[in-house]
Amino acid sequence: MPLISAAVITLFGLRRPGLAGALSVGAAAGVAVVSSLAYTGRPFGEPWQCSAGWLSVGELIVPVGLRFDPLSLTMSLIVAWVSLVIHVYSIGYMRGDRGFGRYFAGLSLFLFSMLLIVLAGNLVVLFIGWELVGVSSYLLIGFWYQRPAAADASKKAFLLNRLGDFGFLLGLLLVWSKTGTVDIGELEGRLAADPGLFGSLATGAGLLIFCGVLGKSAQFPLHVWLPDAMEGPTPVSALIHAATMVAAGVYLLCRVFFLLVLPGSAALELIAWVGALTALLAAVIATQQDDIKRILAYSTLSQLGYMVMAVGASSVSRPPVAAMYHLSTHACFKALLFLGAGSVICAVHHEQNIWRMGALGKKMPVTFVTFLIAALALAGVPPLSGFFSKESILASVLESNVGTRNALFAVAVAVAVLTGFYMTRLVAVAFFGPERTREAGQARESGMILTIPLVILAVPSAFAGFWGIDSAYSNQFNGVAVEHAGVVERIAAAFTHSPVATACGLGAAIAGIVAGLAVYWNAATDRLPEKLGPVAGLARNRFYFDELYAAVNGSTHELLSRFADGVDRWVISGVLVRGVHGSIELAGRLLRLTQTGNIQIHAVLLGAGVAVLLLIVLRH
Amino acid sequence: MTVGLNHYLVVSGLLFCIGLGGVLFRRNLLVIYMCIEMMLAAGSLALVAFSRFRGDLDGQVLALLVISVAAAEVAVGLALIVAVCRHGLKPTVDELTGMKL
Repeated sequence: MPLISAAVITLFGLRRPGLAGALSVGAAAGVAVVSSLAYTGRPFGEPWQCSAGWLSVGELIVPVGLRFDPLSLTMSLIVAWVSLVIHVYSIGYMRGDRGFGRYFAGLSLFLFSMLLIVLAGNLVVLFIGWELVGVSSYLLIGFWYQRPAAADASKKAFLLNRLGDFGFLLGLLLVWSKTGTVDIGELEGRLAADPGLFGSLATGAGLLIFCGVLGKSAQFPLHVWLPDAMEGPTPVSALIHAATMVAAGVYLLCRVFFLLVLPGSAALELIAWVGALTALLAAVIATQQDDIKRILAYSTLSQLGYMVMAVGASSVSRPPVAAMYHLSTHACFKALLFLGAGSVICAVHHEQNIWRMGALGKKMPVTFVTFLIAALALAGVPPLSGFFSKESILASVLESNVGTRNALFAVAVAVAVLTGFYMTRLVAVAFFGPERTREAGQARESGMILTIPLVILAVPSAFAGFWGIDSAYSNQFNGVAVEHAGVVERIAAAFTHSPVATACGLGAAIAGIVAGLAVYWNAATDRLPEKLGPVAGLARNRFYFDELYAAVNGSTHELLSRFADGVDRWVISGVLVRGVHGSIELAGRLLRLTQTGNIQIHAVLLGAGVAVLLLIVLRH
Repeated sequence: MTVGLNHYLVVSGLLFCIGLGGVLFRRNLLVIYMCIEMMLAAGSLALVAFSRFRGDLDGQVLALLVISVAAAEVAVGLALIVAVCRHGLKPTVDELTGMKL
């Protein structure tokens, strides 16, 4: 459905905003309805596939296949509903923009590609969807393409994505060459029957597919595109870069999880550490950013690192339910945070620096309350949804089989503290405190089309912990449903399930919030740089990663082009072209010396030639 | 001492070499011409000697042909020399360098 919407809008609707908006929202609504029906309609827990023949080249048979199992159904449900909310929000946010039709075409294309990834039955279809979301992301980040910053950001995003996809493609080829199939169900079956199929390449295959995740989910060291991607419109940031596309990487990891747990594969530990590193790095940077969208972008990076770390900390006996759980709750509250940020930005006339906002809490109550709910959920305060998902991640890290799990756990707790800290900083500076500028003073609550989606999203952000999402995911991996009961029992269950993890998580959140309030309550300027000195500078400048990459890129380019220039000048032009010319000319000149015009010299040479010939003939 | 084929061939060879030396080292056109004739004579001598010692007449017939060709060539060559002298040039090879590249 979204594909049809995208096509129709592109062909007919680029000049008719009403039509474009209606089609796109209609498609999103249709998807939401269908996925809800699919969710409730089938017996839960059994995978169901359908496919149509498509590509058959030699031994490679790739049908256009879809797979409906608990993982994909649940994920598609979340994707559909969050997208619907954001589509509605976009109608209000993008009103009056000249590219309205183009925006919704891109949005519909994105929805189609994301669903393709989620519902893919084999790795090739998944890869197609993977690339398509990259394209949609490129189109939408660079939506306001007349701005050079936006054009650069979209290029950067696409290039880094492509880099990761290269690894993914290699991994895909490796998988196919070793197992002879790309269908996910068959892969699972073949690997269950013969775990040693990959031999020593098991780690390699897992890591190569993880490369795709590095690019798409912006893990270190390919993380630099996500903050720049904030140049796109805020609903785009909400949909693509908070809730769904970047989560596609984590989804992929869970999809091919059976690949990562093959005996002899060290992929999981490396994945866990990459995730932890990303989480820590991003959280530190986030504490010193002033642009509201950048703070949220680095927060997304950090949470993605959390999820990747959770996958890495899993194993066959403890499947990555925690990662998918956090993915689902994060989709809701991060989208809410971004949409709320969009509402705030609109209200203060497109000012994004938090130090130019202030006292918005009184002026924009609905935005403020929903934003606060989402922020607290992100920090992991009970009984909001974020608490449960974060707790499950911390517990799975602590109880994992990974050797360095205590170090990982320490990093995770540190990130939780920082999360609480920077979110409190954001809320305190933007919503409380004095009015810092005139625009802040004139801010007024946004219209209903912007605020109703906020309220809609606030509901799952708050209550998703009680809806049994984790039991839905458990079905996918080991077919055992984890039963939960009422509200209080759930909270208690969190504590009894893993007391250390929960206590640490809660303590970290509270510590972060308290520290943030202490530093930033009623603060006029950011006092942290003076206290922390150089560390703050590093964080503010994003640890100079962008500069590092630009320098490396630039110097390699320079080197290569100098080498190519040298080859061109000296080898091709010098040796080959002029050399051939010169040597032929030399031979000609030498031969010319014999033509003196003197008859007797000619005769001498003639006689000498005859003598030589005679010698040769007589020798034989 | 019996005079065999080899003696004739040696004489022929000597004549040829003397003629060759004259062609290469003398400057006067007429002398060069006479040496060319000498080389031809040497060739004819070798032919006749072979014919005598083989017992057939092939070599002698060929020698007759050589003589007739030599006569024609002399006619042409002398005409060339006369033409050169008519141009005012001396009959030597020093100034005949028109074929120099």
